[in-house]
Formats: sequence, C-alpha cells, structure tokens
Amino acid sequence: MKAFIDYFRSLFLLELFRGLGVTGRYLFGKKFTLEYPEERAPQSPRFRGLHAQRRYDNGEERCIACKLCEAVCPAQAITIEAEPRADGSRRTTRYDIDLFKCIFCGYCQESCPVDAIVETRIYEYCFLEKGQNVITKDKLLEIGDKHEPQIAADIAAQAKYR
Amino acid sequence: MDTLIGLWDTFGRDWPYLATLIEILVKIVLIVAPIMLLVAYYTYAERKVIGYMQLRLGPNRVGPKGWLQPIADAVKLMFKEVILPTGANKFLFLLAPLITLAPALAAWAVFPFDEELVLADVNAGLLYILALTSVGVYGVIIAGWASNSKYALLGAMRSAAQIVAYEIAMGFALVGVLVAAGSLNLGDIVRAQAGGIFSWFWLPLLPLFVIYFISGVAETNRAPFDVAEGESEIVAGFHVEYSGMAFAVFFLGEYANMILISALAALMFMGGWLSPFHGWPILGPLFEWVPGIVWLFLKTAIFAFLYLWFRATFPRYRYDQIMRLGWKVFIPITIVWILVVGLAVVYELPWWFD
Repeated sequence: MKAFIDYFRSLFLLELFRGLGVTGRYLFGKKFTLEYPEERAPQSPRFRGLHAQRRYDNGEERCIACKLCEAVCPAQAITIEAEPRADGSRRTTRYDIDLFKCIFCGYCQESCPVDAIVETRIYEYCFLEKGQNVITKDKLLEIGDKHEPQIAADIAAQAKYR
Repeated sequence: MDTLIGLWDTFGRDWPYLATLIEILVKIVLIVAPIMLLVAYYTYAERKVIGYMQLRLGPNRVGPKGWLQPIADAVKLMFKEVILPTGANKFLFLLAPLITLAPALAAWAVFPFDEELVLADVNAGLLYILALTSVGVYGVIIAGWASNSKYALLGAMRSAAQIVAYEIAMGFALVGVLVAAGSLNLGDIVRAQAGGIFSWFWLPLLPLFVIYFISGVAETNRAPFDVAEGESEIVAGFHVEYSGMAFAVFFLGEYANMILISALAALMFMGGWLSPFHGWPILGPLFEWVPGIVWLFLKTAIFAFLYLWFRATFPRYRYDQIMRLGWKVFIPITIVWILVVGLAVVYELPWWFD
C-alpha cells in the first residue's frame, strides 16, 4: 500500500511542486547582496589591513628598531636594518614589509612595545608593477601620517582588551 | 507613402526576381531580429531570475539595472578567438553550431503569431516543426565528434540518447494535439481551441501538456536534464572545445530552442493568440482590444519563465533516471492518453470535443 502511495506521489510530482514553491517564495524574498562600491560591510576596529608606522605627537617616529616584529613575523615578511642616528638614538635605516609574504596575522602590531607598527583598516590597494609589493619605511610613515586619527581611535577603542 | 509604393511596383516589374529576393529577406529579418533580441534578453532574464531565487541581485552593473549586460556579453564573445583544437575536423567543427541554431530559427517560418500573421501557412506545419527540431540533435552530435575530445564525445552521446528518447514522448504528446484538433496546420490547431481559457487544449490534454513541456526541457538539454553538460562530470559536455563566436552561436541556439518550445507549448495547449477571456460575458469584451500577439507573447513568457524556475529549483537527474523517466513513464502515459483522446473524438464525447 505504501509503495502504491509513493508511486502516485512521484507520478504527480508532489515533491517537485513543493520545491518550486520554495524557490517561488525566495523570488520575492529580501536580497542579501551588498552592492560593494556604494555599500560597504561594517568593519571591526580590530580589522587587519595595510600596515602603517606611527609617530609621537611631536613628530618623532615611534619605532625604536627593537626588531620584535621582525622576530615574531611568522611569514618573515619584515626586514629591518638599524643604526644610531646623529643624535645618538637608535632608529631603523630600513624597514621593509613584503606584502606578498605578509599573512596579515597582526603579530607585529601585538609585539610592538611602542605601538609603532599597526595594521590599518585600508584594504583597497593594488600593485601595478613588480617591486611595489615591498612597502618601505617612508611609505609606512606616510600611510601612518595620513590615517593617524583613525588609527589612534581604533587603538584607544581596543586598549582595554590588550 | 503612395509614391514609395509606386516606386516599389515599378521596381518589381523591372527586376521581378530581385524584388522577390528583397521581400523574402525583409520578412526573414522581421522575424529573426526580434527573436535574436528576445534570446539576448532571455539570457539576462535567466541570470536575474535565478539570482533573485538565490537571494542575489543578478547582473546590475552594465547600463541602467544591467540592461546592457547581454550586449556587453555579445561584444566580448565576438572579439574572442575561436580556437580550433588540433585534430579537430575544421569544417564540421564550425558547421555544428550553425546546425543547432538554424532549425531553431527556421521553425518560426510556419509559426502563426496572429490570426493572419504567419510567414508560410503550411498545412503540415506541425510535421515541419517536429522534423526541424529533430535536426538540432545533429548539431550536438557533430560538435561532440568534430571536437576530437573525450569529454565532448561523451557529452554528445549522452545528449543524443536523451534527445532521441524524449523526442518520442514529445511526438506522442503532439499526436494527441493533432488528434484533438484534427489538423496539422498550426493556425487550425489554435482555431480548434477557440474560446476562453477552459476550452484550450491544456485541460483535456493535461497529461500530454505536462509531458510535452517536460520533454521540451529535456530536448533543449536544460536543467534538470542537462547531463549533456554536467560540469562536475564531463566539464561542459559537447561544447568544451568551443570558444568565442562559435560558442556564442551554440548559446543562441539553446536559448532560441527554449523560446521555440515555450512558444509551441503556448500555441498548442494554451490557445496561441486567443484571449483567455474569449467569449466570457464581461471580461471578454473588456479585453477585446488587446492584439493576439500580446497574448501569445505573455503565454510564451510564462513557459520561458518556467524554464528558469526549474533551473533554479531542481538538481540534475542521474542519467539512468532520465532514461527511465523518458521510456518507462512518459511514453506509456502518452500512449494511454492518446487512446483516451481518440475514443473521445470518435464517440464525440461532449465538453471536450464538441
């Protein structure tokens, strides 16, 4: 008897009509698409995007060339060379991050004792030529200068969790 | 206007053959151009509808609301290289897409768009359409063989077997229509359905109608019967090796076939150009002014939408299940229903065939 009922069920395509009903309802459902350039997904203050180097308020760069970030970097993307500056303070002469190697784990930011290297919210960038993937100290500082208010606000928002 | 007609008449007297040729070409363009436009926007509609059913938006970047998307696609495909695989039979390889597209367009020659609006009022119109739609299989088989590729050959074999199996069920379903209408002329088939929505053939021939449309979906190799291009098994089936415009022609052929099957379903089961309220007391006169071609277009659009709905809903059939459905379910049902219809016609049972 059950086989008989099942046979008629499949003959009259009942299951298939139910399936059509589901997709028919979804046709009028709310669409989840985010129309990217006009709309953007919300970002966390912990977002780990492009790197930047920060300065103190008096314009002095924060980085003291302790090389903790270079040591902690799991992808070995950071290269640092350091020398004493004319005034005797220890500073980097070279601070390169290879973005092809970088995995954006954020360990450099966490290890930094002076909050010098940070990862910003910037995620829209591209390399048009070979070599642009390595960002130098000058560029890092430039990015930092440009986005300092946002970076400082994010760090302040996260301070109590660190 | 009068001077133009006069000019044309003198032209026709002076060069009769040239005049006939131009007339034929104009007629062809008048039918093919709107169909090609429909095909282009059918692809757009497909992406939109399936997108909406998956809670996405579908294409909306090219032009306002993405309306220029099909044109962008066409331009892209036109400028791409047509790659000829090594060892492919060049002539057949390039012929195959044309064989798929040509019958889908040629079938419109006998298609009545309105009471008087038909290019060739052939008496064996239904037979002509059945014959032409069968030719489309050759395109698939030739493409699969000429590509010199295992996947293409396997896909072609699958789809050939499938199309042949469903051709029979489809043919039987149409036999039911012609028994009920008593004519092979497509115009007469519609005239035999004269009346409102409940005197069309879809009601007395309901099983045949359902089987016709499902077979049509299988015939055009569309989901859920698209094993011919099952991408997880045989990459893209018979058109793996095709690129650029040769691929585009296959694409056009597939969609032109879908529109053709939808239009034929509208014509043979849903009363073609007839108004659904024909002969009804109040609604009938109210919709008298709507031209028949609009009704035909609306009915065709419903079936065309069903194609997309099916594709968004159903997973692909397993190959043996497709064969089982075609041979062991559809063909017996159609034969039984032809018997029923035949008896009803012979004994002039009321309500159905008066």
